[in-house]
Amino acid sequence: MSSFSALKILPSHPIAGEYRRHSTPFHAAPASRLLRSSGANYLSSTSSVTAAGRPVRVLSANVVSNEKQIGSALAAITSKEALDLYEDMVLGRSFEDMCAQMYYRGKMFGFVHLYNGQEAVSTGFIRLLTARDTVVSTYRDHVHALSKGVPARAVMAELFGKATGCCRGQGGSMHMFSREHNLIGGFAFIGEGIPVATGAAFSSKYRREVLKENCDDVTIAFFGDGTCNNGQFFECLNMAALWKLPIVFVVENNLWAIGMSHFRATSDPEIWKKGPPFGIPGVHVDGMDVLKVREVAKDAVARARRGDGPTLVECETYRFRGHSLADPDELRNPDEKARYSSRDPIATLKKYVLEHNLVSESELKAIDKKIDELVEEAVEFADSSPAPPRSQLLENVFADPKGFGIGPDGKYRCEDPGFTQGTAQV
Amino acid sequence: MLSFAGRKVLCGKFSASVLGKAFERIPRATYPSTRNYSSSLKEMTVRDALNTALDEEMSADPKVFLMGEEVGEYQGAYKISKGLLDKYGPERVIDTPITEAGFTGIGVGAAYYGLRPIVEFMTFNFSMQAIDHIINSAAKSNYMSAGQISVPIVFRGPNGAAAGVGAQHSQCYAAWYASCPGLKVLSPYSSEDARGLLKAAIRDPDPVVFLENEILYGESFPVSAEVLDSSFSIPIGKAKIERGGKDVTITAFSKMVGYSLQAAEILAKDGISAEVINLRSIRPLDRATINASVRKTNRLVTVEEGFPQHGVGAEICASVVEESFEYLDAPVERIAGADVPMPYAPNLERLAVPQVEDIVRAAKRACYRLVPKSAAA
Repeated sequence: MSSFSALKILPSHPIAGEYRRHSTPFHAAPASRLLRSSGANYLSSTSSVTAAGRPVRVLSANVVSNEKQIGSALAAITSKEALDLYEDMVLGRSFEDMCAQMYYRGKMFGFVHLYNGQEAVSTGFIRLLTARDTVVSTYRDHVHALSKGVPARAVMAELFGKATGCCRGQGGSMHMFSREHNLIGGFAFIGEGIPVATGAAFSSKYRREVLKENCDDVTIAFFGDGTCNNGQFFECLNMAALWKLPIVFVVENNLWAIGMSHFRATSDPEIWKKGPPFGIPGVHVDGMDVLKVREVAKDAVARARRGDGPTLVECETYRFRGHSLADPDELRNPDEKARYSSRDPIATLKKYVLEHNLVSESELKAIDKKIDELVEEAVEFADSSPAPPRSQLLENVFADPKGFGIGPDGKYRCEDPGFTQGTAQV
Repeated sequence: MLSFAGRKVLCGKFSASVLGKAFERIPRATYPSTRNYSSSLKEMTVRDALNTALDEEMSADPKVFLMGEEVGEYQGAYKISKGLLDKYGPERVIDTPITEAGFTGIGVGAAYYGLRPIVEFMTFNFSMQAIDHIINSAAKSNYMSAGQISVPIVFRGPNGAAAGVGAQHSQCYAAWYASCPGLKVLSPYSSEDARGLLKAAIRDPDPVVFLENEILYGESFPVSAEVLDSSFSIPIGKAKIERGGKDVTITAFSKMVGYSLQAAEILAKDGISAEVINLRSIRPLDRATINASVRKTNRLVTVEEGFPQHGVGAEICASVVEESFEYLDAPVERIAGADVPMPYAPNLERLAVPQVEDIVRAAKRACYRLVPKSAAA
């Protein structure tokens, strides 16, 4: 893959319907322009114009780097890998469904953003990573945490605001951290996580080049289509390319930023094309197909690990629920939702692995059962866990609690025996 | 005499700076003319104090690196990083594009992984483009992660009113950052402060906002052998009594410490003995030292360049009212910048920031040597 190449790996059935649906003149450039300006190294590409005269997104299947056919690559997964992918996706789905139930029962509160429908992206990327690799997520972070290996009970307990949560109830739904799993947030503002992720990638390079440590860790930054109109995205594409940082920018393009259609928000809806102008390969992949995502992820992660720099991957996906559990979700067209439901990534994978005799129906059923029990157990654990003690309020504000300053007795307040009992005045 | 020497150093160092022009307008009176020290002490500019502190900490710990605009090849917009690129190379003295949000976030991400970045803002005004990362990504992470992610990072650069650069480039951020839990906010006055506090900030495991002052950069201060020792550092959270006194307490930080010392000198001629407290640390605030002083003098004047409302002075007043109310013999006097964006015209600009005579008048009012404001109104 040359550093200026751009790839497209898309489903065989067009997503062109998205374009057709909108009648505003803004949302898509003529297909010929897309082809000309993309700077892409297409092996095969097709384009068409809809009956309405509305241009369709350039579609090209079966294109990956090194002129490798995607089909042949897909057959290469083992039964074990297939089961791992399936289990992770089912876990993500079941966990989020349970979150909705628990939210409506008042067990969790505030903003809760569910990941249903996008599982192929989290699973496709994160299951390829090592424990040392870093994931930086957004407010829609539960499933990224699960894929990275944070135990479901720790995530659920965090959502319940319990002391046994992965952040002892101090983070919450939008701020999942696990040092052990190298999940470093959980950033609730649009674009905020990207520079921090870029900094994590910078630290890998610094360790290798300045501290002379043996470090080839890779960072993955997940964010959505709405973020790609934010300055921090572009600032970091620039610096990541400039300094050749080991990072993969993964856009989970679910087409909607709350109620703002991607096509109403951005001048050129093809996000993957924003990579090549910075010298970063841009890849467009069907984010409803975990195997395709995984193929792209392999290349992008390997490229970062080799020290060849960042990759921008746009995953075309869809969220099956509203923006958050508080979103009435009235703006999205039912036809659009139905179309994407029919491409449910879990059903797609299931069909594939059964057709290719990679696993048996009973093995999948066993996984479904196992996950059901796991999620039930997570809820029971979270529900029966204690709330954080009063003493916890003042802990962790500073790594060095002398930051609380000096008390009237001239000693550091943190040295007051009542300090973490909730009785000290701060 | 001394002030003249200080000024020469400043101008000499700045001849190449785009901002050099601004300094020609600084009234000479801003340099304290009163300084008593033994001739055995060495002198050092604040600029050199910061430069040597950076140098020594980078030398001591390879995880320490400096990033920001013009810190490398240009040797720093204010020459604070002079010579560091040659010594430590471009991997550790990193010239960034002009993208405050981006590079500040990158610094924070690197700190998550145990590196010790020093992020230089060309001036603190530009930190507003990165304030999300200072507050949300740096200050809150240790708490949100329940102590899993500490953020050992220093955000530093010149803060406060400059000269002749207008409203967007002249502002004090002490109160802004000091209101945020999870941050430590330091503001040095002298070369001793600059060295000791910067070293402490770099070694600290938490995010530190380090507010320098460009007008002080070229000023020389006496420094002892202890201060010059590479192990020197000043504890975060402790104020320094710059000048002892018994009649009135004056609290100040950064450039205003110099003004307050000048005011104290003038007050002494009128028989008023003023105690000048150099806060050094805005957060945590050394309430104990402030209150102990007020309990002794029974009078308080707070001085800062920033805006009055919800300012550092307001917080000090609250602390004294809460802890030492019965000791006060006069209303607290609060000297702050005018409650307006900084004007450009030199005469208006002078009116918009505290002057030595403002401090003198306030102290006299507090000591009932002038009619109090409330009575005059």
